[in-house]
Amino acid sequence: MTGPTDETPIAATEQPAADVERVTPVAGSTVDSPFGVEGRGMFGVSDSGDTTGFGGLVREPWSAPAATRPFGGYFDEVVDALAAAYPEFDAAVTKIVVDRDELTLYVSKEHIRSVARTMRDDPALRFELLANLSGVDYIGSVNRFHVVYNLTSMTYRRQVRLETSASLDDPHVPSVTAVYPGADWQERETYDMFGIIFDGHPALTRILMPDDWDGFPQRKDYPLGGIPVQYKGATIPPPDERRAYQ
Amino acid sequence: MNDIYSPSRETTEGRVYTVTGGDWDTTFGGGDPIDEERIVLNMGPQHPSTHGVLRLVLELEGETVTDCRPVIGYLHTGIEKNTEFRTWTQAVTFLTRADYVAPLSNEAVYCLGVERLLGVEVPERGQLIRVMLLEINRVASHWVWLATGGLEIGALTAMTNGFRARERCLDVLELITGLRMNHAYIRPGGVAQDLPDGTEAKVRDWLVETRKELDGVEKLLRGQPIWVNRLKDVGWIGVEGCLALGVTGPLLRAAGLPWDLRKTIPYLGYETFDFEVPTDDRGDCWSRFVVRVAEMHESLKIIEQVLDRLAPGPTMIDDPKIAWPAKLALGPDGLGNSLEHVQKIMAGSMEALIHHFKLVTEGFRVPPGQVHQAVEAPRGELGCHIVSDGGTRPFRIHLREPSFINLQATSALAVGGLIADVIASVASIDPVMGGCDR
Repeated sequence: MTGPTDETPIAATEQPAADVERVTPVAGSTVDSPFGVEGRGMFGVSDSGDTTGFGGLVREPWSAPAATRPFGGYFDEVVDALAAAYPEFDAAVTKIVVDRDELTLYVSKEHIRSVARTMRDDPALRFELLANLSGVDYIGSVNRFHVVYNLTSMTYRRQVRLETSASLDDPHVPSVTAVYPGADWQERETYDMFGIIFDGHPALTRILMPDDWDGFPQRKDYPLGGIPVQYKGATIPPPDERRAYQ
Repeated sequence: MNDIYSPSRETTEGRVYTVTGGDWDTTFGGGDPIDEERIVLNMGPQHPSTHGVLRLVLELEGETVTDCRPVIGYLHTGIEKNTEFRTWTQAVTFLTRADYVAPLSNEAVYCLGVERLLGVEVPERGQLIRVMLLEINRVASHWVWLATGGLEIGALTAMTNGFRARERCLDVLELITGLRMNHAYIRPGGVAQDLPDGTEAKVRDWLVETRKELDGVEKLLRGQPIWVNRLKDVGWIGVEGCLALGVTGPLLRAAGLPWDLRKTIPYLGYETFDFEVPTDDRGDCWSRFVVRVAEMHESLKIIEQVLDRLAPGPTMIDDPKIAWPAKLALGPDGLGNSLEHVQKIMAGSMEALIHHFKLVTEGFRVPPGQVHQAVEAPRGELGCHIVSDGGTRPFRIHLREPSFINLQATSALAVGGLIADVIASVASIDPVMGGCDR
């Protein structure tokens, strides 16, 4: 079960024959390295003259800016409580983002399980419910595989997102099933879709795809598939090969 | 004649063939299932009582279940992956097909998330229409639960009555959205079009009919000894078990915790409505029946309040760079764009034509970032994690499906009970495999 490698063409965010260049991975970049692709023009087409007038449009890689205090709302209390309860806070939390009224703590993967345990058990935090666990493939950055954990505190009615990341060469992330048993199927799904290996999971097998499936479908370099559609003599390519706006 | 996949032996009843398949017998020990006490039984995925294409591998000692492994994935259609290749508006059409019994919840949670990414707010009338549709859909979904659950444990009148009542819900939804299911009616920025004439009268009639149907359920089922015995003390899970497994919705409320996102983390202005969160404390299938029926009554209360509050106004945000431009109208052939709108863009306003063309071909761009939005779907917490890279198409959409999460509790409900109770337990979770497998 090997997925497409990092060298295969990107199908999702770029179009065929696009003159886009991938972001050069910065050595030693952390979980928050920018994602997205640099792009030029409306369609990213290079083999014909620019007739759109949009050739000067430039798209730049993006990364969520780190938040500064005060974070607002209950976010300061949550961060303070975690800093007080978790001795290695500075090493564990590499970046704090507040965006769209949501608090995201970027946690280095070595600490994710113990941070999750503290988030669940500390009386000032009490995030009892793992609301959602899923993966995102930020192709182009070094640690391209992100795992997001949306936690809900039913006691305080608060929501926090933890986010950690792993690289293609070392796609291992500690499993949080020991802390939140409900992570079982969600980690299996994330493994199934992205090939992220959750160390310590009791039975990390495919769950949605067939057991003998090759590749990991939600990776950005895995094509959508599909067949061309014939329509009145012309052929419409499958969705992932169509020219599309960036 | 001796086939390796169907060996035969003589019994007092005559010759009996045991049909096996593939490596099934080697996988599970290969002992004689008649002589040994332990039986590994495969139930589903094509089985009328597994609530869709759910497969359960049961290990039995006599009639007692000693192990239960749910197997899912038979309805995986790659909805999340597909949305990454469509515009933000087109994604609704895919997501509505995930949990097809509660399609409007899928649309609502996604659109609320996209609106938070965009930083826009839907006008009041649009929000009220959404609330009304979500609650009608909740009632319809609970009718399907009652109908299929009743069918699975042999209460056929519950099935016929339940589907009859659900059909009436679908009639109302069809009147408003044009479709019985998979509506794609809730769009980023509002709803696809305003309510048609006569909606209020139709919904008020429906409220009366639905109350009558609910009275029928009370008379038919609540005191009916077979129904009571099949459900009481069957499939227990407590609050601790629910929280550990992430189980939400009617299962959690039937265990005693009044956790309903409409109250606890409100959205769409639910905090302004007067309704209760029904709970029960038994934590068994009976409690889930009680809680769901009570929830239907509460939904009807919310719908009445929506009808009282509905005032004329816009149903889509007033931003021509986001709001879907096409206006629909019933043409002579039964469908089509509004002639008035075509007249306006073709002869009246060049800006309107440009906006129409750009939005339909290109779509709108959503500023980069990520959000996690959650709503209380009929089956529990439905979450949507949306990531945008600033383009015209979603970078990643993930649905936190209550069916998917709640099915993890199947083993906890089934193990230790009788095999007949597995059916009642699975029915009480009310999984929809389209949502579970996405």
